[in-house]
Amino acid sequence: MATATGVYHTSYEADLALRTTRAEWIRLALLFVAVIVAPFVLSPFWLTVANQIGIAIIGAVGLNILTGHTGLISLGTGAFLGVGAYTSAILVTRFDVPTLVAIIIAVAMTAAIGTFFGLPSLRLKGLYLAMATLAAQFILLFAFRNWEFVTGGLDAIVVPSPELFGWALQTDFAWYWVIFGTAALVVFGARNLFRTGLGRAFHAIRDQDIAAAVMGIDVGRYKLLSFAISSALVGLAGALTAHYRTIVTWERFTLDVSVLYLAMIIVGGLGSVAGSVYGATFMTVLPAAIQQFARNVRDTLPVLAREMPAIQLVVFGLVIVLFLLFEPRGLDRTWQRVKDFFRLWPFRY
Amino acid sequence: MTRQYRHNLNGSTLDKGAPQLEVDDVRLRFGGVTALADVSLTVHQGDIHAIIGPNGAGKTSLLNCISGLYRPQKGHIKLHEGEAAHVLTRARPSRIARWGVARSFQNIELFKHISVLDNLMLGRHVHMRHSVWQSFLFFGPARRREIAHRELVEEVIDFLEIQAVRNAHVGALPYGIQKRVEVGRALCLQPAVLLLDEPMAGMNTEEKEDMARFILDVNDLAGVTVVLIEHDMEVVMDISDVVSVLDFGRQITTGPPHEVKANPEVITAYLGEEQAS
Repeated sequence: MATATGVYHTSYEADLALRTTRAEWIRLALLFVAVIVAPFVLSPFWLTVANQIGIAIIGAVGLNILTGHTGLISLGTGAFLGVGAYTSAILVTRFDVPTLVAIIIAVAMTAAIGTFFGLPSLRLKGLYLAMATLAAQFILLFAFRNWEFVTGGLDAIVVPSPELFGWALQTDFAWYWVIFGTAALVVFGARNLFRTGLGRAFHAIRDQDIAAAVMGIDVGRYKLLSFAISSALVGLAGALTAHYRTIVTWERFTLDVSVLYLAMIIVGGLGSVAGSVYGATFMTVLPAAIQQFARNVRDTLPVLAREMPAIQLVVFGLVIVLFLLFEPRGLDRTWQRVKDFFRLWPFRY
Repeated sequence: MTRQYRHNLNGSTLDKGAPQLEVDDVRLRFGGVTALADVSLTVHQGDIHAIIGPNGAGKTSLLNCISGLYRPQKGHIKLHEGEAAHVLTRARPSRIARWGVARSFQNIELFKHISVLDNLMLGRHVHMRHSVWQSFLFFGPARRREIAHRELVEEVIDFLEIQAVRNAHVGALPYGIQKRVEVGRALCLQPAVLLLDEPMAGMNTEEKEDMARFILDVNDLAGVTVVLIEHDMEVVMDISDVVSVLDFGRQITTGPPHEVKANPEVITAYLGEEQAS
């Protein structure tokens, strides 16, 4: 129950709800309307960007479960995306598996491989674990490039556009609904995860692993479970990329991608599901906006337009540094502050 | 008790006075240092059993052996449950917690970035079923479980008088309250034995009195067996039923407080040779 003096809950059900005040419900409704209307008003370029955002949201939520919520850093996200993409693409092109089934198998496959490469986390923490997952990144990338009779090596796999319930998924417009439908489910599921005992156990391991063990949490098992859930979502993002882009090449799954995803969750906010969404959106829109800007100034400022790829990299690095310096808890915290400002207005605190 | 509680916080099924925890001939070494030299003691159900001794006597090492963080080289530690007994010396900490050993730490080891409520709910972890699918769905079994366990947690919150900080982030709370939350987290496990490692360290008199009252409540009213490490002798002599004294890993004596207080060896351990003579 929300009143002028604060929010008061009169049942445990109400206390567990994600939305309590009317303002929160209105904001959610506005977001919902915006997501529904967007594909009808966006230009083809921005519609493609929107789809990339949707896929990035799924991957970033996945990585954040592992790194932000369980405190296990992973540099292997790029490769795990690749496992999802290659598995699904190979199943569809070589074995004629229906796309939906192929995606489900790809998710399970990525979860299994992610769990396997999570085994070092039983012994390692922090930077040492980062090195171990970096190894996963390089081993898997090596496999994509050199295990030719399975992955096709350096050649790209071309995936036919899938059909879903007799509905051909060829346009960005059609894909938009699939991607954002999936992303919404993933975000809602992740939010739910962290209001139950399972997500709490992940937080406990992140904050104090010895105390977690003494409180009866099987730390090793839960770390691997976190790897499994996280990789499953990353694999889902990878599989969707494969079918959406209809082409799978190893170049999309390099270390750069792992770092990009880490940047997303740092900029968005570590340990926050909403933060993953903000970060994924921001880090996908930023390069697209720069690209668009370069196109606009092609005639007036050709020098700037020509150097744009370099500028894009600089801006990318700069954004991460600035966030680490001025908003280490990410866009999620910024959004909290904005809400607080209006809630407390006209007072400062 | 201020009100009738529905949940029994004591996880032990043994009768009061029955042997609950048996430490048998435990030896723990770190290289050349002998932290525990053949220590044997028995904690009885329903007692407050204090372990005292000068710094470096091996008190925390003993607690760490009981909760599975250290593996002693020799000896056994047994936890009785009904007719059976669990051997703790080779078990993992998470398994030992499941059997009903809960503890607090000397330097507060709470989960800092989550709320008091979540910390206490983590005390319920071993009693809850966890399923990935149900967690993702939330509505249905997962939510029912959360609410069922929340009821016991709320009783512990009431018991320890921390209602006002329920939703606060633990890291932002004052030291004394954090210590109390840590006891609460252990209590939510419905322990058979509650191990408290210096619950009053660094507190002022008033906070100490509060903590002593809570420990007595936990023991008297809820019936939980408490193993207590504490340096404040007044508190120890006042509230404990049995006192064990360690010095350089060696057990000097075990007995009721007034006997231990008069034991010349204990005085020597604390004050040194000359003053004792």
